[in-house]
Amino acid sequence: MTTLFTDDHEWLRIEGDVATIGVTDYAQSQLGDVVFVELPKIGRSLKKAEAAAVVESVKAASDVYAPITGDVIEVNDALAAEPALVNSDAGGKAWFFKLKIANKSELDGLMDEAAYAKHTA
Amino acid sequence: MLARDEPSSLKRTPLHALHLALGGKMVPFAGYDMPVQYPTGVLREHLHTRASAGLFDVSHMGQIALRPKSGRPEDAALALERLVPQDIVAIAPGRQRYAQFTNESGGILDDLMVANFGSHLFVVVNAACKAEDEAHLRTNLSDVCEIEPLPDRALIALQGPKAEMVLAELCAGAPAMRFMDSSPRRIGDIDCFVSRSGYTGEDGFEISVPAEHAEALANLLLTDPDVLPIGLGARDSLRLEAGLCLYGHDIDTTTTPVEGALEWSVQKSRRAGGARAGGFAGADKILAQFENGASRRRVGLKPQGRAPVREAAVLFADTTSSEPIGRATSGGFGPSLNAPVAMGYLPISHATTGSSVFAEVRGQRLPMLVAPMPFVPNTYKR
Repeated sequence: MTTLFTDDHEWLRIEGDVATIGVTDYAQSQLGDVVFVELPKIGRSLKKAEAAAVVESVKAASDVYAPITGDVIEVNDALAAEPALVNSDAGGKAWFFKLKIANKSELDGLMDEAAYAKHTA
Repeated sequence: MLARDEPSSLKRTPLHALHLALGGKMVPFAGYDMPVQYPTGVLREHLHTRASAGLFDVSHMGQIALRPKSGRPEDAALALERLVPQDIVAIAPGRQRYAQFTNESGGILDDLMVANFGSHLFVVVNAACKAEDEAHLRTNLSDVCEIEPLPDRALIALQGPKAEMVLAELCAGAPAMRFMDSSPRRIGDIDCFVSRSGYTGEDGFEISVPAEHAEALANLLLTDPDVLPIGLGARDSLRLEAGLCLYGHDIDTTTTPVEGALEWSVQKSRRAGGARAGGFAGADKILAQFENGASRRRVGLKPQGRAPVREAAVLFADTTSSEPIGRATSGGFGPSLNAPVAMGYLPISHATTGSSVFAEVRGQRLPMLVAPMPFVPNTYKR
């Protein structure tokens, strides 16, 4: 299992041909108190860099982009009931959605944990 | 996902260093580098203000003294009545009133507070408009008044149910003040202007203080464990729940006081048949709207789901029509309501409480109901 990161402060946990995607703890600290999360529909085909989900704080709405191309196979319904999970456990319970990876080569451009730590330092 | 603006040429209030020391997250606002929140976070800052007391730096706002050249205060009041549809003459010494500068087409150039300090008037205007407001006052009132901007004064708001108790420690006269009382007072040994008013829907005070004493006063207030510093984020969610207009969003040069649902702020003396009816910019249009009604109106809107409906969302009568009927002018999440809230303009046909409309958000039409404002009852000490 590998965890990768994007410039847009999303994380991807890779298990076989499935990527679980969420936003990083750094992202949630910048967003502030999350009050609403909108998730993609299961079955939707997402292209890399396409707006996939929305996370809203008291003040503003921000897009979460698909970091890679793939079909949505599962979404985290717990976020609809408890958006504040994004603040309390961004890297864990607050995963957003799972994608069936279409093209593994798209993972090559992403950062590992050390590179991401440098990116946000 | 995240964007940052550089604070290059931004102005700073006298409390800027304090904001940094308190961990404020600074953002550009109306040309100033201002705290949008502190480490507490917008949600808790909002709830803390409603439960206890919050301290806000609103020093970016414009403070202006209008001094009558004749020495007769009513001359300044009569002169200001040329620019606003309010009864300024009737503001008793030690009292203040909400007003709007209007333009020739009945639109609103800015909204403001006007206080009668006995010898002169003291007005507080919006930060983004203050240069234009000063010019407007000079152009139109210089025959009667000295227009004296007071850039060397900070403005601190202390808001919430514990504000009275906190301020009473430093200013024995504060508890006896009523909502919209406003006068020069000493806080400790600092000469301040204190009003019992604010922008949160809560009881509270706004304190104009000489810039050199601002940080000391803010620190003194913050030593009370009931007081937390509150940023612009919570200031906006508090005023939205209170149904209060944000200039440039909910009211502007294209909306009249009648369309903006601000009729309550226009006294009978300035309306048709009143002692000093009309005589302000845009009076023909505004007084006609008092007679005949306006075609649209600012209303409260409650999204029926959990998704916030934000400023500029387009409003429709149903889920299929292609013709918009209005627009949200403010919107977000109301922490005290634990639900999204918004306000916007709708045709009179749809502006009654309980009317159903739809807001387009990310390609979906979300149902909303027209709701009375304030969304959260105010707690002013009248």
